[in-house]
Amino acid sequence: MVEFWAFALALSILLYILLDGFDLGVGMLFPFAAGEDERRAMLASISPVWDGNETWLIISAATLFGAFPPVFAIVLSAFYIPLFLMLAGLILRGVAFEFRYKATKSRPLWDAGFVAGSYAAAFVQGAAVGAIVEGLPIENGVFVGNGMSWVSPFALVCGIGLCIGYALLGACWITRKSDGSLRAFGFAALPKLMAALAAFLVVVFAWSLAIRLPVLARWTERPLLLVCPLIGLAAFAMLAQAVRSRDDRFLFASGAAIFLAAFATLAGSFLPYMLPFSLTVFEAASPAASLEFLFWGAGIFVLPLTLAYTLIVYVVFRGKTAGERSY
Amino acid sequence: MDLTPLLLSRIQFAFTISFHIIFPAFTIGLAAWLTFLEACGLITGERIYRRLSDFWLKIFAVTFGLGVVSGIVMAFQFGTNWSELARRTGPIQGPLLGYESFTGFALEATFFGVLMFGRGRVPRSAYFLACLMVSIGTSLSAYWIMVNNSWMQYPTGYSLTANGVFVPDDWPAILFSEAVRTRFPHMVLAAYVTSAFCVAATGAWYMLRGTAVQEGRAMAVMGLRLAAILVPLQLLFGHLVGDYVHDRQPAKFAAIEGRWNDEQPASEILAAWPDPKNERNLFEIAVPYLGSIIGSMSLTAKETGLKSFAAADRPPVAIPFFAFRIMVGCGLLMLAIAWVGTWLSFGERLLKARLFLVATSLSFPLGFIATLTGWYTAEVGRQPWAVYGQLRTADAVTPVLTTGEVAATLTLIACIYALIFGFGALYILRLLRAGPIPKAEISLYGTNPKRPLSLPGASPGVTGAAGIGD
Repeated sequence: MVEFWAFALALSILLYILLDGFDLGVGMLFPFAAGEDERRAMLASISPVWDGNETWLIISAATLFGAFPPVFAIVLSAFYIPLFLMLAGLILRGVAFEFRYKATKSRPLWDAGFVAGSYAAAFVQGAAVGAIVEGLPIENGVFVGNGMSWVSPFALVCGIGLCIGYALLGACWITRKSDGSLRAFGFAALPKLMAALAAFLVVVFAWSLAIRLPVLARWTERPLLLVCPLIGLAAFAMLAQAVRSRDDRFLFASGAAIFLAAFATLAGSFLPYMLPFSLTVFEAASPAASLEFLFWGAGIFVLPLTLAYTLIVYVVFRGKTAGERSY
Repeated sequence: MDLTPLLLSRIQFAFTISFHIIFPAFTIGLAAWLTFLEACGLITGERIYRRLSDFWLKIFAVTFGLGVVSGIVMAFQFGTNWSELARRTGPIQGPLLGYESFTGFALEATFFGVLMFGRGRVPRSAYFLACLMVSIGTSLSAYWIMVNNSWMQYPTGYSLTANGVFVPDDWPAILFSEAVRTRFPHMVLAAYVTSAFCVAATGAWYMLRGTAVQEGRAMAVMGLRLAAILVPLQLLFGHLVGDYVHDRQPAKFAAIEGRWNDEQPASEILAAWPDPKNERNLFEIAVPYLGSIIGSMSLTAKETGLKSFAAADRPPVAIPFFAFRIMVGCGLLMLAIAWVGTWLSFGERLLKARLFLVATSLSFPLGFIATLTGWYTAEVGRQPWAVYGQLRTADAVTPVLTTGEVAATLTLIACIYALIFGFGALYILRLLRAGPIPKAEISLYGTNPKRPLSLPGASPGVTGAAGIGD
């Protein structure tokens, strides 16, 4: 039962990162688009799916509280201010999405909200991962730091890194979904983003070595983990090849594979810890009575249903969106 | 009083939940109202039900969107501001609130899509079924919230571990406790009554303005007649909730009653000014014996006063005392309007009763006020406990928070909510002013099921979309 919920949580978080990752990325690329036509095409490419993508954040949070309440309590209180900024960003972004077309004079304001919200959400998520990798101050399953405990140069760089990563996913997405000038914009942006991401990964790796991150010790204990970065490297090469040959079929899949490799690397170096190195998955899990109660409705019924719903939406809206004027 | 992180966290939670509850209180009722309209349309085949249904669907969409957006913050607050509560009651509250999110998305959002896209694409009976599912979904969401809150009011079916964690050992006892059995219907009825009055008030307004008189009359008559049945039922369930509070949360009951001393037989205080410092009431108007009758259905029963509880275990008196009386006052006022309106609704008298129509059109906030004050009574009356008798609110708050941090997030939330509430209210007002008679064929299609805010109003930037509001 614990394994089931750990898997369900990992899946929800991964889906959230991949799905909301690309639409946050589109939000970050938004100000760099040439004109209103490109911007509209950008919004059109994510409009049928973005709120469905964000429901995976709610599902992740609900699963975390439902199955692993101590982690929910620690993470949410440790990232108090950034978390509220992220929520504000996501709300602002959602509202801006609706209101920019209803507004005439205030459109720049809504656009600014859309962009700022996207950056804020991505940065906070990246910084949170960085801070968790470094290790939060936890005693007896309770967070004992303060509001600034998460702040470190390493975490901040990770925040910037995730912004780059999401922007890369966003670029893959708009290139795949559009024609003409927006597609050209995507192909022009991709090499720069790939270079930036590669630089970030090298820096983070060197930095982790320099500050002797305890997580790294896992790699010597578990050499099999090295497969994950190798897969990431292969995906990176595939992406480079796709960009060079202007082939957009596997763009997003390659981008997603890089994220998948990074996610698997982290998960592989964490386990059995949920928060390294203070709380394991089994220590954090609710008692069996709670997990089973959650399983017999949410686990076997609602979760697969939501997965199917997500899948259907993506099948319905597959292919290019260009030409659709009203979103 | 010092601005401690605890006090600010309580204000923050009170603010977000007060803001949030307005929308579910409306959407639960509106979903049922749409189902009802669809059923009427199916049975009678009259066009007017379709017009009414299309009109209220647009308003439903905006409220639904605002409810979802304002609810997201609440889901996180349990961890951000109340991490000790989350950690210690997580094995019980986590699955309950998890189910709320899960049912919300599975039932509501999915079938909500059919409501938005489905007109003209699915058979009428399937459309009715989708309405019914959304209605069941919203009520089910309310059920999980009420189970969760009722467990905090009357914790049952659990055992405590050595490190203070509440572990469930009897789910049926938690899911169907005495508190749930009375408080869940009380909340659903509150939502129904609130919506019935919004519908009736809108209808009365159209009748007064002379626009859409036929539709307006239908709304007013249906809303008022529905309320004429629902309000007495609500008063009954309110009384049953009172019985459970009397038996299970005696300190809260004493605060609501404004009773300081044990009394036998007890009188019922109708109005007073509680003076907590001197543990007495000023300007008290009381009816002898009535307190024992209400509390225990007897002329001689002894009723407990606040002084029987240690000062540290007493709730504040003024808020439950006044909030309860405002709630009951709104209820009685709604009962009067609903019954007079029902009496006027037979024959052609309603249209001529201008004064009554003015009163009805102004009555739309009554249900909201009653719902809010009811919640204030319940929640403030539970203090000083987060989990009644087991976990103090002061011990439930996140221990590492500082005043500055909570003040910052409170300000942030207040600004964002003001923004979205302002715009949401503006769009609802536009829709109401536009009325139920379609000016032109306005396409409901091409919008996203999970993005209800995209539905109403004009989109000047998009070609081909007819403006509703201008």
